[in-house]
Amino acid sequence: MTADIRVMREDLRPPATPPRRHFISIKDITREDIERLLATARTFERSLEREVKKLPTLKGRLVINVFYESSTRTSSSFELAAKRLSADTMSIKSSGSSVDKGESLKDTAITLGAYDPDVIVIRHPQIGAPQLVARVTEAHVVNAGDGKHQHPTQALLDLYTMREALGRLEGLHVAIVGDVLHSRVARSLIQALALVGAHVTLVGPPGLLPRGIEEMGCEATTEISTIAGADVVYILRMQRERMQEGANYVPSLREYTARWGVTPERLRPGQKVMHPGPMNRGVEIDPRVADHADALIETQVRAGLVTRMAVLYDLLTNGPIEVKTESVLEVA
Amino acid sequence: MLFGPEQTKENIVVRGARVVDPVAGIDAVLDVRVDDGVIAALGTDLDTNSHRVIEGEGLLLAPAFVDPHVHLRTPGREDEENIVSGTAAAAAGGYCAILGMPNTDPVVDSAATLGSLIEAARAEAGIPVGFLAAITKGQSGAELTEMGELAAAGAAGFTDDGMPIAAPGLMRRALQYGAVTGRRIALHCEETTLSRDGQMHEGAVSAELGFTGYPSVAESLMVERDLALAAYERQPLHLLHLSAWESVQALRRARAEGVEATGEVTPHHLCLTDEAIRSLDSNLKMNPPLRSASDRTALIEGLKDGTITVIATDHAPHARHEKDVPFEAAPFGVTGLETAFAALYTHLVDPGIIKLETLLDRMSTGPAQAYGLTEPRIAVGSHANLVLLDLNASYRITEETFRSRSVNSWLLGDTVKGKVRATIAAGRLAYSA
Repeated sequence: MTADIRVMREDLRPPATPPRRHFISIKDITREDIERLLATARTFERSLEREVKKLPTLKGRLVINVFYESSTRTSSSFELAAKRLSADTMSIKSSGSSVDKGESLKDTAITLGAYDPDVIVIRHPQIGAPQLVARVTEAHVVNAGDGKHQHPTQALLDLYTMREALGRLEGLHVAIVGDVLHSRVARSLIQALALVGAHVTLVGPPGLLPRGIEEMGCEATTEISTIAGADVVYILRMQRERMQEGANYVPSLREYTARWGVTPERLRPGQKVMHPGPMNRGVEIDPRVADHADALIETQVRAGLVTRMAVLYDLLTNGPIEVKTESVLEVA
Repeated sequence: MLFGPEQTKENIVVRGARVVDPVAGIDAVLDVRVDDGVIAALGTDLDTNSHRVIEGEGLLLAPAFVDPHVHLRTPGREDEENIVSGTAAAAAGGYCAILGMPNTDPVVDSAATLGSLIEAARAEAGIPVGFLAAITKGQSGAELTEMGELAAAGAAGFTDDGMPIAAPGLMRRALQYGAVTGRRIALHCEETTLSRDGQMHEGAVSAELGFTGYPSVAESLMVERDLALAAYERQPLHLLHLSAWESVQALRRARAEGVEATGEVTPHHLCLTDEAIRSLDSNLKMNPPLRSASDRTALIEGLKDGTITVIATDHAPHARHEKDVPFEAAPFGVTGLETAFAALYTHLVDPGIIKLETLLDRMSTGPAQAYGLTEPRIAVGSHANLVLLDLNASYRITEETFRSRSVNSWLLGDTVKGKVRATIAAGRLAYSA
């Protein structure tokens, strides 16, 4: 057993030490990177169809998940992705850690860095937190969401889901509906869709469409009827915590739902519907839409696991899975 | 209005520098002799007697700079800056006089607090320092300070810098009462209901990065209001750190209509745009924020055509650990005293965007005039306030070069051109390198 693993690890490891890379923003990657990551994810998806789902690929590696914000999908899928690849994992949450005692992000990162983790996955409410961790540790850093800035693995899993469902990405028309202003999901997705040649229309209340957003290479409109023209309607979560009294982004959630809620009446048959979760049923998404066969919401969750496996694999092995892939998976 | 130690003035000869004082109409290679702190002679081959000789060959000698917008962090945050370090930094930047801002802890809103600062400056300032006092008690925007008493105690002017005066009614009273004191009122223009939670300029870059925007209209709306009040009351005012195109337009119009308003701009707003924030470097976070390329162009145009007569650093030191956090968590402000000339020479003069004479004027004459301070002049009989500049020196800015107690400079790691070789402030050699 041990011998097998050693052989395999040598097989997988490139001869030279890979340059330290991170996965922090879609802005940092290319279309080729996306293609490679999606292909790797596909390979892992097939491997998960087996009875024994664990692969020895990242055995001996340490992945630390640091979550300064609540999360179900992202944190669980990163943890499971690391485990499925046989990496050791550790999860740190801000509550119950030294963060409660006022420790700075920099000091927490240096502390965790002392364990020599291969990867630090971080979610943080402030833009730029992953860059800071990358600066003060030697680990590969994966951004699991930094404030309103980026959530690149979400964008990757969304592309994966769209391609699986529609067979292509190039030329797709995606309408992103709702609170774009506060959405890191939207920012990453707009950039990722632009990279693969898809067309994006943002739809939402005027106060929630940030000024200047069109310069990211998309259109923006307040007119909900435009979603009928899209191949995919991507619904953003209406972040209730942002809608506190006096903010006046919209007069009320009720009014939001009336004007921008996605209902079966506003959709065309066959349009695919996506949502990054967690959903507010009856607010941004009608329950009939959420539960319809055209909704890809559960597929997104499954895609989250395999795309995050692909990201961890890609960072730690410096390169495409390609030719060696099948043999690696056969060994497993 | 300026305070420093009572010291013997020096006898100095600066030999063979290119002497430039646009106001005095000088641009020639000359010797300048300073007797007992006063410029005694300009000429060639001046007798040096037993004077200290400073070789100026290949260098440029100009009226020293005046910075009317410095956060000395004293009292309250002496770990970030104090009068000794702040004035040492100013001297290294070529300044012969600076004005400290009152947003300290406690706020400079009483004659007692102001008095203790003046006493400290008399004991330990490296160059003359003046202090602005607050317009409202605690800078809370509710109640006027005792401006008469503060002026009598030595306040150089009044400002609530860092905070706008939200209520127009109170702003009007401040303008009226400020006039009685004979001191200038200086305003931080920000409509906070528009800038609330703003981290950077609102535009394509903030939309992409996800930062809450601080729109330029949050500034220009207040600029328009304050100029309207100044016009109505026929009182002068000074507008601090302008950043937006619309603000420059408003100031130009008001001045043309006869409003006695002056405006200032910082080196960072003249050199950078919001594009720089893509790096997420917290040393690019300040209030007002870096704005778009068209705003920057308008500021440069305003500087050139004399709409803006003052370059001020808004030197805002911050503790290292407070800036070494994600951008959103970092406090607003960057340092500037030691880098202002080099930054502006490198970004604006060397590429031919503005004339050297314009830069020298806006860093010296303009600021002095805005607050009614004596203008540094290179003329026989004037107090020696001189800066010796090496326009060919190219060097890298590192933390080690700073005399300030803080290192939150946006220029860290940059290579710049233009170095201060010596500063003579109030007749004494305050810095040489």
